[in-house]
Amino acid sequence: MSEAASELRPVTDYVKLPANGEPYLEGHKCGNCGTVFIGARHVCSKCFARDKMEAVKLPNKGKLYSYTIVYRSFPGVEVPFVSAVVDIEGGGTVKGNLINIEPDPDKIKMGMDVDVVFKDAGRTDKQGNHYISYFFQPAA
Amino acid sequence: MSKDDVYVIGTDMIKFGRFPDRTVPDLGAEAALLALDDAGLGIKDMQALYCGNLFQASGMVGQRILHQIGQTGIPVVNTANACATGATAFREGWIAIKAGLYDLVLAVGVEQMGRGLLGGGGSDKGIPTEGLLGSGTMPTVFAELGMEHHKKHGTSFEQFAKVAVKNHHHSTMNDKAMYQKETPLEEVMGAEMISYPNTKLMCSVNVDGSAAAVLASEKKVKELGLMDRAIKVRASALTSDPFTDRDLVMPDFSTCTRMAAQQAYEMAGVGPEDLDLVELHDCFATAEILHYENLGLCKDGEAGKMIDTGATALGGKIPVNVSGGLLSKGHPLGATGIANVYEIVTHLRGKAGKRQVEGARMGMTHVVGMGNAAAIHILEKP
Repeated sequence: MSEAASELRPVTDYVKLPANGEPYLEGHKCGNCGTVFIGARHVCSKCFARDKMEAVKLPNKGKLYSYTIVYRSFPGVEVPFVSAVVDIEGGGTVKGNLINIEPDPDKIKMGMDVDVVFKDAGRTDKQGNHYISYFFQPAA
Repeated sequence: MSKDDVYVIGTDMIKFGRFPDRTVPDLGAEAALLALDDAGLGIKDMQALYCGNLFQASGMVGQRILHQIGQTGIPVVNTANACATGATAFREGWIAIKAGLYDLVLAVGVEQMGRGLLGGGGSDKGIPTEGLLGSGTMPTVFAELGMEHHKKHGTSFEQFAKVAVKNHHHSTMNDKAMYQKETPLEEVMGAEMISYPNTKLMCSVNVDGSAAAVLASEKKVKELGLMDRAIKVRASALTSDPFTDRDLVMPDFSTCTRMAAQQAYEMAGVGPEDLDLVELHDCFATAEILHYENLGLCKDGEAGKMIDTGATALGGKIPVNVSGGLLSKGHPLGATGIANVYEIVTHLRGKAGKRQVEGARMGMTHVVGMGNAAAIHILEKP
């Protein structure tokens, strides 16, 4: 089990896979103005404070801010899927797939509570490595 | 900075289309010569060249255009600013004349496009994330912005679709547009859905194209006796994106546009009510709706009503994208900003034929590159 887990890689820089613990999304919070960014930086884009950034673990809860249902994507990408913009509880906005919901504008409610869940991305790289990705789903 | 105004004394564009057998400098050279002819001048009269091209940004496109139309040794500045590339080149020319450095400059915008979806390329390490971490394609980005507007103001799929009906209708009167084809509402709404609520007919067309403009100082316009055909640049504004809450995942096309509009209106000393026509950045039908409000053509929340009433159609209160817009005329990224200038100048000269906005005295051009660059020009018949 531990051997299999060690081969897993995060799908993107802001997905963290601690050796002992659950995967989580990482944000960077400005110690001056409190804004949460996705992606490391030294200077706050909003208040311009320098060297006040602190990496923070983002909660697995958020609200759907906007979305679209994608019917045409790159070759090999399964459609339709819901591309969702989610405001994470406490700050930070992340884009991802909204799953376990019908891709139908009548079923998807703006502002709905969603949970962030982590699972295998279902895609491997050329070396056969597996990746852990995050997804959004309607809140339990 | 010179107090004297800057004028457009020559401008033209090629008919947009797909020219896989031609080269970028070749396409740019054609528009450059057309614009010079329109001004009755030659390349030897130009003191600098500002060339906008995105996809060959490292390729010295401006110099290669001069290889085709005359290597006079003038300074060349190549600009790349996403979809604001052409407008940025035009503005650099305006700045140089305003600074008093030159009296006559040439601005060219040119692009050769591939086909298919733009954006969403992601990182080249790991695995592709398109369709895994949502979608980064341009249709998706603008669909999500449209859905935000729907959430705030109730704007409907049908209202977004009406933008495409209007702009495709306008293009039937423009020989230089990629398409000249009516698309009734049911056809637009029934077309292949790309990213809800944008169907294929609500997405701009990837085409090849070029456009050019000759800019001149007031002194030179008078000296050349060209004031009767000159169009005054009343304002030029360029902004980048200030931080807004969600702009890391939702490129914010609105804030930079609003800032540029405010600056342009202030510089010209006019308001939206003074404009007779607007060429704005309808890369997707949803975008045009947002920009009615961003440019102050209507109050926030009233853009849906504005398209319903026909206010932005030819013959309406403030016609928008009578060229056919990016949706139907086509969107060769680097050329678009200068093609917009061509369209407005043509109306202000009263030479727009069937699509002429009657009595037009003042018009606005607007482009926005990703969510990171907005450029606006206000042009007036003196």
